[in-house]
Order: sequence, then structure tokens, then C-alpha cells
Amino acid sequence: MEWVNALLQGTLLGGLYALFAAGLSLIFGVMRLVNIAHGDLIVLGAYLGLSVTTVLGFHPMLALIVVVPAMAIFGYVLQRGILNQTLGKDILPPLLVTFGLSVIIQNALLETYSADPQKMNAGALETASVSLGGLSVGVLPVLTFAIAIAVIATLQWIFYRTALGRAFRATSDNQEIAQLMGLNRRHIFGLAMALALAVTAIAGIMLGIRTSFDPSIGGGRLIFGFEAVIIGGLGNLWGTLVGGVILGVAQTIGAKIDPGWQLLAGHLTFLVILAVKPNGLFPRISE
Amino acid sequence: MKTPKTPWSRRRFLASSALTLAAPAILSSSRAYAANPVIKIGHVSPRTGPLAGFAEADDYVLDAVNQAIAGGLQNNGKAYTIEIVSKDSQSNPNRAAEVAADLILGDEVDLIVAASTPDTVNPVSDQAEINEVPCITTDCPWQPYFFGRNGVPGEGFENTYHFFWGLEDVIGAFLDMWSQSGVAKTVGGLFPNDADGNAWGDTELGLPKPLAAAGYDLVDPGRYQPLSDDFSNQIAAFKSAGCEIVTGNMIPPDFATFWAQSAQQGFAPKVVTIGKALLFPSVIESLGPRGDGLTSEVWWSPNHPFSSSLTGASSKELANGYTAASGRPWTQPIGFKHALFEVVADVIKRSEDLEDPAAIVAAIAATNLDTITGNVNWANGPINNVTKTPLVAGQWQRDGDALDLKIVANSAATDIPITGELKLLP
Repeated sequence: MEWVNALLQGTLLGGLYALFAAGLSLIFGVMRLVNIAHGDLIVLGAYLGLSVTTVLGFHPMLALIVVVPAMAIFGYVLQRGILNQTLGKDILPPLLVTFGLSVIIQNALLETYSADPQKMNAGALETASVSLGGLSVGVLPVLTFAIAIAVIATLQWIFYRTALGRAFRATSDNQEIAQLMGLNRRHIFGLAMALALAVTAIAGIMLGIRTSFDPSIGGGRLIFGFEAVIIGGLGNLWGTLVGGVILGVAQTIGAKIDPGWQLLAGHLTFLVILAVKPNGLFPRISE
Repeated sequence: MKTPKTPWSRRRFLASSALTLAAPAILSSSRAYAANPVIKIGHVSPRTGPLAGFAEADDYVLDAVNQAIAGGLQNNGKAYTIEIVSKDSQSNPNRAAEVAADLILGDEVDLIVAASTPDTVNPVSDQAEINEVPCITTDCPWQPYFFGRNGVPGEGFENTYHFFWGLEDVIGAFLDMWSQSGVAKTVGGLFPNDADGNAWGDTELGLPKPLAAAGYDLVDPGRYQPLSDDFSNQIAAFKSAGCEIVTGNMIPPDFATFWAQSAQQGFAPKVVTIGKALLFPSVIESLGPRGDGLTSEVWWSPNHPFSSSLTGASSKELANGYTAASGRPWTQPIGFKHALFEVVADVIKRSEDLEDPAAIVAAIAATNLDTITGNVNWANGPINNVTKTPLVAGQWQRDGDALDLKIVANSAATDIPITGELKLLP
């Protein structure tokens, strides 16, 4: 029963990791941009959520209505204003710029909100649990997992069922030809980043309800996001969810053996998958 | 063709520009004897980064200290102006060593001080030791300070001195508090894989031995990595062992994760006593109603019956002054940061020769001062270069609108009054 519990908790944890990773996966898929600032953007989302809940008195889940569009607009402006200038044949400039962005966001948050650990108060939702045949399962982790599935299903739908998704895929396949066909790739990239940061906002809020956060914890979350993306296969959204679940389960099973193995087991699983299948389990992009 | 003759020949230009460049160096190395001689104090503190909470009251404490010593300090009948040069360690041990070296070699400070966790205190002390500059530190349990720097009991260090408490005091305070609770003597331990967690969980020097001696069963699932997102295995282990007490040393995000998951997975211990995570009111506030009733060690509080040797302010006045100045609740490091400068001022007054580092070190070693955190006297230390201030245990309890840290166990220091009674968690 304890192993079943570890498996279940790990799967639910995977939902959170998939939320961390979905934004990364999306922008890498569309424009081959590796966003080092992603972890800090998640924390930024959490802080925006905190501001909305304290100023307007909203429940954190309701704060999503404000934070998701705010982050999306921020993403569009960021992409059009800064990141588009760095995209080109060379992969290094966007890497360096997002690294700098990560430092700037961290310090701006430190200036604005101080180093105090903060937490969003979601009331009964935080501690509510349901009984599942002798196992207690938290409502919040289940909700997080459900949201992760909903987010990825929505992204998948946008990608394969809408004109915007067609534009994303076209620019992803060949930027020059897409441009020739009348797509403004700068605008498309802006929209992709907007969508990615909208997802990041959801990840930030779920993180902020689950645990306390301070401006410096973004980097630690980035690594899980990257691992989930790579395990699942670059550019594959459902793969990202699977990657998150594999990572989460590896961690809880590792912790079942010895708590010191928790993070290590996740990293080892990642390395093994990288060694056996360098493109991840379900790659979409063959490069 | 005749070259135009100007008064600025090449040689003259070189000579005068060299003199201009060298001027600041020549001028600064000659002391201005007309004014009071200046004694420089270097101060390293984590102003930014994850440890910034420890240093949030720096400006308030330094302002009060600077005001108290504005007229200079007397040493052997002569007035000295004191200048405090403060530098940020950015919560990074490498950076702390770098700014300490900078203070010693660049600013040429006569004395260096540092506070807040082994990550600040140890690198600064090491730099001071190498460069033979007197150094006083606080706000870090003495075991990580002494053994973390490879100190040899009986030999100790030449130039570096430290005052705070040790693990034995924490264990004593915790046991004192738990013995009043009357709950089952089964304790769940949560120790991270970092300097503090390894010291607390160490089978020889940490919690396991004294807990066993006092009749407690410690369930220790093992070291976890800080910033874990899941504690369900620890919770399952504690549940099956029937733990009614949970203890450990955690960072705030890890505790928040653990505490929320405990509720989700139906684990309800009666006493939760955690070091580090539960020190700051802001953290307790962020936990909402579930912050009420958590317990922690107390190094200093507004109710401590001590007052400053420098400004005369009582503990209560110092804490309230901070709240009034910043609009934020008091924190425990405020008392120690203030006490650090009390010791500095006392040492400067007593040193036989302020030009001689060895005389300053001798004055530090001979300190016997009642500070706002209690008596500091290195003759009473548990080990070379270390002395201890009293430690008690407290519980966060709802008092009107805010949560207040009530002192609930004081066997180790009965002069610190009890301000509340231990309540069990629901």
C-alpha cells in the first residue's frame, strides 16, 4: 500500500512538473528558444497572484482571471521588444539574454516584495483531502493534475485545430517560407510567448498555493521543467506531461527507498533516458 | 621646420600626470592627525538573497549604533572616531569571502564582524584568520562554526571569536518543552541534506543520542534534499510509527510543503518544533491559521530581561523601535546584530593598543559584557573562541490579530520569564 501511495503521490506531483514544463516546451517547439528565465517567470506569476489576492481579496484560483492575461501581455511585449531581436541562426544570444532576464526578475522581485517567504492562502482547498481505498489524497494535487491535463489538451487543440496553431507549426517548420506565405513571424513568436507565459502564470499560482516561495527559488524549478521536457521529447506536449509524471514518480519512489534519493532518483532517471533515447521518449522534432 | 614651443613638454606632462595619479594614494596613507584617529570596522551581512531575512534590520541596528558612537569612543584617554563599513554577502559563501578580503585588504579595517548562518560567518572568519585581523561573529550555532572551520578543540583559532548557542542548547530546550506536553514519546525527524540538517541528524553529535537518553523514539527516514516538492514518504513513515511530535531543521518552503501535505494526507502531530523555518513572523503569517501553535527555539525576544550596554535600550524598546521604524514585526536576529556592535564598542574601549591587532584580540578574549542577548564572556565558553548566550523554547500563539512568539519552556535560563503555556496542536 505504501508503494501504491508513493506511485500515486508521484503521479500527482508530475502534474505540477508538467505545468512547469509546458511553457518551456511550447516556446522551444515554436522558436527553438531555450528560456533560462522560465523558473523566475513562474515565481513572477506567483507574486502577481499574491498581489491580486491581497489587493483585491480574491481567492488564488480566481486570481487566475487577472494574472493569466497580465502574464500573456507581458510575454507578448517581452518577445516583440527584446527576445525577437536575439533570435537568429546562433542559439547563444537568446540564452544569454534570458539568463540576464532571470537575474533582473529575481532582483526586481527582491526589491519589490523583499526576501520574505510568501504563500497564497487558498483556505480549505490547501488541506482538503479525499479517501481513496485507505489512501488519503489531497484535493489540491488532484486539482493541479487535472489543470495540467486541461492545459495540455488546450495547447494541443490550439496547435492542431486552429489557424494560430497552423501558423505556429509553419513557423516552427521553416521560418523563411512561413514569412513568404504572408505570416509575420515576429507577431507569431509574440503570440507563442504570450501563450507560454499564460501557462506559466497558472504554474506560478499552483506553486504558490502548494508551498511558500521567495524570489530566489525560480532556478530550482527550472531544472524540473527542463527535465520533464527532455524526458517527454522536445516539442511534444503530451510527452511533456508523461515526462513530468515519470520525473515525479521517480522522485517519490526514490524517496521511498531513502529520502536522500528523492531528487537524485529524478535526475538519474533523466540521465538514463537521455543516454538511451537522446531525443526523449516521444520526440516531435528530429534535429 | 621649427617645432612650436609650448610650456607643456613631454617630460613635464608625464611628471605632473604621474603626480596627479599618485596623489590620492600618497594623501590617504598619511594620517590626518588634526582630527580624531579613525578605527574602521568591517561588517559582512547577507543583505540580499535567500538569507536576507536575517539582515532585514541591519539599517535600523546600524543607525542606532552609529548614533550611540557618533561622538567617538574613548580608548586610553584618547577619542577615536568609529567608521563602520558594511558589505553584502548576497547570501553566498564565496561572495562573503570576497567582500571580507576586500574589507581587510582594500578598506584596511581594524576589526571585522559578521553575522547570520555558517554561510556568512565561516568564510569571513577564515579570511580574518588568514590575514590576522581580529574578528567577532554571531548568529550561527557554534558546532557548524567551530567544526565547519576544522577547529581543533583545545587549540581553537588565533584571531576569530564567536558568540551564540549550540545544538546541545536546542536539544535541551526542545526536550524541556516536550516533557510538558504529555504526548507519546515518538518523534518524527525531518533533516535536510545541508550543513544544519546533517549536524542536527548526526548520530553522535546531533539529536538521536540525547533523545534516546531521554526516552524518545526518533523516526528518521533519512536526509532529504532541500527544496523538495513532496514529503509523502516521510508522512507515511511518521503515520505508521504513530509520531505525535515532529522536529527538524527546515527552510520555509520545505516546511510549507510538508505541513500542507500532512493535512492532505491525514497526519496530525500534537507538537511540531522546527528550527530555522519558524524563526520569522513573516513565515508564520504566510502559513495562515495553520501557523498557530507551531514551536521553535527562541534566541532573543522582546521579553528577554536584558538591555543594551551601548544605548541603554531594553529588549522591548529595541524590538518596538524596529517595528515603529519599519512597520514590520520584530525578528530574533535584531538582538544579536545589536549585541555584536555592543561587543565591538566594548572591545575598542578596553583594548590596550588600537594600533596593534594582537592587543585587540586580547581585549576580545577578555570580554565580560552584559549585552541585550545576555552575558558575553569568552572565559565561559564550551570550547576555545566560543561563548554561549541563553536559549529557551517558544510557541507561536494567536494574540488578538497577530501571532506572537510566547516563551513556554525556560529550564536552561530561568531569568527569562515564561510568557505562555504550551498548547497542543488540534
